[in-house]
Amino acid sequence: MDSAFVIEKFILVAVIFGISLVIAMYSTYAERKVAAYLQDRLGPDRAGPFGILQPLADGVKMFMKEEIIPTSSNRFLFIAGPGLALLCACIGTAVIPWGSPVLIAGKTVSLQVADINVGVLYIFGVVSLGVYGVMIGGWASNNKYSLLSAIRAASQNISYEIAMGLSIIALLLMTNTLSLKEIVDQQHGWRWNVLYQPLGFLIFMVCSFAETNRAPFDLPECETELIGGYHTEYSSMKLGFYLFAEYINMFVSSAVMAALYWGGYNYPGMDSMAVWLGPTWAPLFGTAVFFAKICAFIFFFMWVRWTIPRFRYDQLMNLGWKGLIPLAIANIIITGVVIAIIEKF
Amino acid sequence: MESLSNKKKVLEQKPLSFMERMYLPAIAKGMGITISHLFKKEATIRYPEVEREFSTNFRGMHSLKRDENGKERCTACGLCALSCPAEAITMIAAERKPEEKDLYREEKYAATYEINMLRCIFCGLCEEACPKEAIYLDGPIVPADYLRKDFIYGKDKLVEAPLEMKK
Repeated sequence: MDSAFVIEKFILVAVIFGISLVIAMYSTYAERKVAAYLQDRLGPDRAGPFGILQPLADGVKMFMKEEIIPTSSNRFLFIAGPGLALLCACIGTAVIPWGSPVLIAGKTVSLQVADINVGVLYIFGVVSLGVYGVMIGGWASNNKYSLLSAIRAASQNISYEIAMGLSIIALLLMTNTLSLKEIVDQQHGWRWNVLYQPLGFLIFMVCSFAETNRAPFDLPECETELIGGYHTEYSSMKLGFYLFAEYINMFVSSAVMAALYWGGYNYPGMDSMAVWLGPTWAPLFGTAVFFAKICAFIFFFMWVRWTIPRFRYDQLMNLGWKGLIPLAIANIIITGVVIAIIEKF
Repeated sequence: MESLSNKKKVLEQKPLSFMERMYLPAIAKGMGITISHLFKKEATIRYPEVEREFSTNFRGMHSLKRDENGKERCTACGLCALSCPAEAITMIAAERKPEEKDLYREEKYAATYEINMLRCIFCGLCEEACPKEAIYLDGPIVPADYLRKDFIYGKDKLVEAPLEMKK
């Protein structure tokens, strides 16, 4: 392993880490702005022009606030919870292909930290680890509301992970690979998977709303029943970590959805653009397209949050087990039959 | 039982139809409504920079008026204090000296005149009670402050500016 490779990867990791943190930071701002505009309000507009410095002010506030650790809590796990939540949220970005290889100073640089051949599986593993942050935090708080919230989060994640995994199997039947890079490259130009797997995408999207604990599936933190849910007892930057982890999760799942179903960095007319812009700028333009798709998904997450009321718990379970799982299985069967027919004739 | 007023409506609780159980049509409709609000004008008024226009009968901070010669109209009769349901007004009367003829219109005047803005409910009864047309609630909103004592407004804050200062 030469040192150039290590440096290149190190820079890439730092850049991606920085970008995902900045996007998470500005997602909090965007959330408030979107909420405001959807409700005919203005939203934060005091800190800087258009309130653009609001996330910084919030960050300073989070750091300055008094840190309270309940005496009856499990101290080690109480501190480990938010850290684990943030860690699991951040490491998901490692396998996402941010763009096709770029020619920089005569050297072709891959815009993916690790192109492992089980990328999809890795994402699933990391996403299901993410619920441990919530569970540990909720349990360690030694508070009934937090515990209830942790239980809800765990059972919700388990229920929706099944449907999510099944919906992805139909996609894998078509792509024949688990590597995210290859899946994205197969969607060259216009051949986006969502055109072939609309039902699979719908199931995947609904499940990712549930996995990220976003409205309408934000039962683990519903204020009306559970105060703050698993982060009731948290204060200061530990609370900030939990909120941050939620937004990074949203960013990662938007990226996964864009990569798996919406063509990643592919866009119609990319071949002529590649000729026109050259081997350095064309892949970077593709990356910009990818980020535009991610931002559109993040906006969609927020749009849904400020539209749909929260599901009741039994409705959530009904939808997951009686609605999405049978649908996902039907989707697998239909996809399999269609692929078999196409191969036969 | 037969309803006497005929106003009672019995709502049927039907199980959800297939379309309703799919949630998606209703969700799409709701999302359409929210996105249409994205393009509507927001109702917010950026307060310190922009102020909402008051209605013509708005009752704000009190002002003690002067007559056309710039003399204070108030004669300290105490009717405003008497009419005040919140007991926010107190005053001490004094007799006008000959050299103060240009300052006060009547022979008796209010040496101190205090309104406790925390007690005042801005009902406007003092305005109605005043026989001399000396008090009107035509000012702006009473500003916030930190200490209770700062809410007791004396003549320095209440009396209208003298005529020449107004111009």
